[in-house]
Amino acid sequence: MKLLFDFGRYFILMRRSFGKAEKFSIYRSRIFEEINNLGIGSLGIVGIISVFIGAVITIQSAFNFENPLVPIYAVGVAVRDSMILEFSPAIISLILAGKIGSSIASEIGTMRITEQIDALEIMGINSASYLIRPKIIACILFSPVLLIFSMFLGIFGGYVFGIMSGVVTNYEYVIGITYNFRPYNIIYSLLKAAVFAFIFASVPAYHGYYTRGGSLEVGKASTKGVVYSCILILAFDLILTQLLLA
Amino acid sequence: MIDIKNISKSFADRLILNNISFNFEKGKTNVIIGESGSGKTVLLRCMVGLNEIDTGDVLYDGRNFYDLKFKDKKEIRKEIGMLFQGGALFDSKNVEENVVFPLSMFTDLSESEKRDRANFCLQRVNLFNSNKLYPSELSGGMKKRVAIARAIAMQPKYLFCDEPNSGLDPKTSIVIDNLINEITEEYDITTIVITHDMNSVIEIGDNIMFINKGENWWQGSKEEILKTENKEVQDFVYATKFMKNLRTKF
Ligand SMILES: Nc1ncnc2c1ncn2[C@@H]1O[C@H](COP(=O)(O)OP(=O)(O)OP(=O)(O)O)[C@@H](O)[C@H]1O
Ligand SMILES: [Mg+2]
Repeated sequence: MKLLFDFGRYFILMRRSFGKAEKFSIYRSRIFEEINNLGIGSLGIVGIISVFIGAVITIQSAFNFENPLVPIYAVGVAVRDSMILEFSPAIISLILAGKIGSSIASEIGTMRITEQIDALEIMGINSASYLIRPKIIACILFSPVLLIFSMFLGIFGGYVFGIMSGVVTNYEYVIGITYNFRPYNIIYSLLKAAVFAFIFASVPAYHGYYTRGGSLEVGKASTKGVVYSCILILAFDLILTQLLLA
Repeated sequence: MIDIKNISKSFADRLILNNISFNFEKGKTNVIIGESGSGKTVLLRCMVGLNEIDTGDVLYDGRNFYDLKFKDKKEIRKEIGMLFQGGALFDSKNVEENVVFPLSMFTDLSESEKRDRANFCLQRVNLFNSNKLYPSELSGGMKKRVAIARAIAMQPKYLFCDEPNSGLDPKTSIVIDNLINEITEEYDITTIVITHDMNSVIEIGDNIMFINKGENWWQGSKEEILKTENKEVQDFVYATKFMKNLRTKF
């Protein structure tokens, strides 16, 4: 019952968020502000994690492929496909759900309990569209940047650590990452990442927006926002993979 | 002029407002007083729709707020300047940006015109040289004053102030009281002030409502409140020694 209630209220909030805007110029600058806060601010963590995961996949798959029948360049294929298909869109989104999601939920939750949202409403501003829409749009607009960045650094990290540890040569790795490459996979990932960005921006925003009480509740809203985002991201990962790849 | 008629409001099964009616007059400072927890803030929030009411009507110059469509409610809200009890400044914006904010949202003034207007409002609340500070860097009283400046930035037709001078020293308090009074008369607006401070009541209370147990217990002017025989109002007004001593003069 509670789930159904949340579900309905979430859709009403989304409809309000994408309702009529007050002033276009304000929204444009709000979107840039959020891209700067949420997007640019995440480049660092996405970069670091991607490099390391690329490196780990290289070394692990080289270790597992110690079979004369499997060519060494399979390592490159493994890194490329795991980065492009799953790691960059899904795992990075889970991490961003933690980083961006919690910041969105606690920011909006704090604004709720300190009556800042009421102050917006009293001015005649649609607080949902003013606060939530720019965040969602910023996350979706910036998701391809983070995705490509993560894919690139993952494959690059695999390359550097692969060569350094000697499990793969330059030539083999490059053959691997270009072998039977399907550009469609990138489109598929872009699509997934955009859906996930919508989830990790909107779900925590929902939990923040309906916070009641004090700072304790803001913390709870933030946790809930992250947990629900993660579950939804994984569920949609399954659904989209089934729909788009099968 | 704002008319409220038979407003009742409960949270869960606690009745907070019980059948309150009152006429807030235009061009006058209307004051709501009452014990802490008596429902003053809730009443104000109900009047602007931040809390839904259970029954009753709120009329803004004849326009019945709760009968209006969402869009028209928003139009009324644009005519309201509201000071929240906690200030409700936007933490992510500095003092000047807070005051400029409603102007950016709803007017087409140039940047310098907006800044001039903001500075004018900030000067009226006695705030100088704090334009670039953030709310976290302000004292409680300064926050209140910035919030007042923001509330009057758009030249509202209805000004609601929830405890404008709690946390202010007596001198600044008077400045704020006088400011509210001046604005009210100058622009002929309908002002509602919630206060605990008997000084303010006597200073600016043209039209006073005393809320007790969620009811409109007593109403009258500042002259009348000092002479009332109503027991609860007397207890409220003459709670302090100072006021008790003063009473012997009447
Ligand atoms: N959102 C809410 N949910 C449940 N009860 C509430 C809520 N808001 C206020 N109340 C209750 O309503 C009553 C009146 O609160 P209100 O804030 O109006 O008091 P007040 O007269 O403004 O007091 P003060 O002078 O201390 O500000 C209180 O008993 C409070 O517990
Ligand atoms: Mg109050």
